[in-house]
Amino acid sequence: MFNVETIRKDFPILSRKVNGKPLVYFDNAATSQTPQQVIDVIVDYYSNYNANIHRGVHTLSQEATDKYEQARQKIQAHFNAKFIHEIIFTSGTTHSINLVANGFSSILKKDDEIIVSALEHHSNIVPWQMLCERTGAILKVIPMNLEGELILSEYDKLLSKNTKLVFVNHVSNALGTINPIKTIIEKAHHVGAAVLIDGAQACPHIIPDVQALDADFYVASAHKMCGPTGVGMLYGKEEWLNKLPPYQGGGEMIAEVTFEKTTYADLPHKFEAGTPNICGGIAFGAAIDYMNAIGFETIAAYEHELLAYATEKLLEIDGLKIYGTSKQKASVISFNLEGIHPYDVGTILDKMGIAVRTGHHCTQPIMDYFKIPGTVRASFAFYNTKEEIDSLVTAVKKANMMLA
Amino acid sequence: MTIEDIQNEIIDEFSMFEDWEERYQYMIDLGKDLPLIDDQYKTDSNIIKGCQSKVWVHAEMNDDKIQFTADSDAIITKGIIAILIRVFSNQHPKDIIDADMDFIEKIGLKEHLSPTRANGLVSMIKQLKMYAIAYQTQLK
Repeated sequence: MFNVETIRKDFPILSRKVNGKPLVYFDNAATSQTPQQVIDVIVDYYSNYNANIHRGVHTLSQEATDKYEQARQKIQAHFNAKFIHEIIFTSGTTHSINLVANGFSSILKKDDEIIVSALEHHSNIVPWQMLCERTGAILKVIPMNLEGELILSEYDKLLSKNTKLVFVNHVSNALGTINPIKTIIEKAHHVGAAVLIDGAQACPHIIPDVQALDADFYVASAHKMCGPTGVGMLYGKEEWLNKLPPYQGGGEMIAEVTFEKTTYADLPHKFEAGTPNICGGIAFGAAIDYMNAIGFETIAAYEHELLAYATEKLLEIDGLKIYGTSKQKASVISFNLEGIHPYDVGTILDKMGIAVRTGHHCTQPIMDYFKIPGTVRASFAFYNTKEEIDSLVTAVKKANMMLA
Repeated sequence: MTIEDIQNEIIDEFSMFEDWEERYQYMIDLGKDLPLIDDQYKTDSNIIKGCQSKVWVHAEMNDDKIQFTADSDAIITKGIIAILIRVFSNQHPKDIIDADMDFIEKIGLKEHLSPTRANGLVSMIKQLKMYAIAYQTQLK
């Protein structure tokens, strides 16, 4: 049985104070907090078996390698990848996207088309723009409507035999919209295009089954799902990963090196040059275990309850407008108070111990669409409570009063 | 009044406030009262980079003293600008360049001085001092 008070005890940070007030942490879409179970794994690694992996014959190296590869297995199982070598450890979602974008430099030709959605984070726009600059490919954009949903009939019009790649996020970080990625993937495959799904915002709430979705690439970060920063993953179908050239050269990614010619290691090591974030990878596995022990269905149901409650309560406030009103939403609320800059609201909320994100959320195209400088974004996790939402509502009312 | 006199006056005013709320309410009120910058100076080239909110600053020199006008789209930022303008406007360039900024910590706005705060107070001070350096060069 889900008991939020028990869950909260797992997160030491939730008992601290900010500006003399109990911390209310509603910036989960930026980074999630870390449970003691994951912190313990990090401490255990550095206390007991810190060593470089894959090469050492000594016991510590073997232990670290085993744990690291076990973590890869956990990730494979969680995302339901067909093969373990389809899981590449990266430093995070941005790294994963850049790895794929770089690989496509040698595949795309001038006037090939690639499609992005209007809902993307800058990290799923800029690497592709750079790719277009290098290859002469053309970037097209799936537009969105006022609810913050992608307009699929427009997407249909963009697809053609020239389309080589489509990249869309599973959940929008700025608005919380859950995109119909299965349909998006199907339509892209129909014209022979590959699809990369940015799952950074979805993975804290949903288990993506990469085989059922038939995604060609799926990328995520550990730190959005109770793991540490600086580690993430790239799932790629074996055939695609074999087609892409290595991203970085170095140790670990080679089979044989001579000055005449170097041959590359097999998957996944081909894409894992250098000493990886070993502890981070192991802790990523522990974070997945932690979340699965609670259960993603339980998490999603509870977060949905928080989202509905917060939406209702916030909308009672005079002049408050929510951006992103799709029926399919993760627990993210982006809002503004009429005539008040989001930065001012965020400053007052911080004074009251409430952590939210303000600004453009690395999604300037979305802000331009709504003609606003930014929003205040409250994003909820399964360790948040309705009482905390009440505190948010009280604080927003106060900000409204002070700033109006 | 010298820059130091003005700073001391501001420190005195802020010492009357008992909590953050009164302090911020005062800054918000200052922001609301800040005389607007002339629209012709609200140009992209007058925007200070590094702020989550937009900040425009314009400077002019008359009788060897610099006058600053500024604006922002965020009211708390505007309040901070109002304080800075009160300190720096109508002063000699050299005095602006040499001015110590400790008073910001003394009035409890230290958090806004963090370069990571993204409100641009640091960039704002830098920009005001840059204007002073530019005008100082003209005087020589």
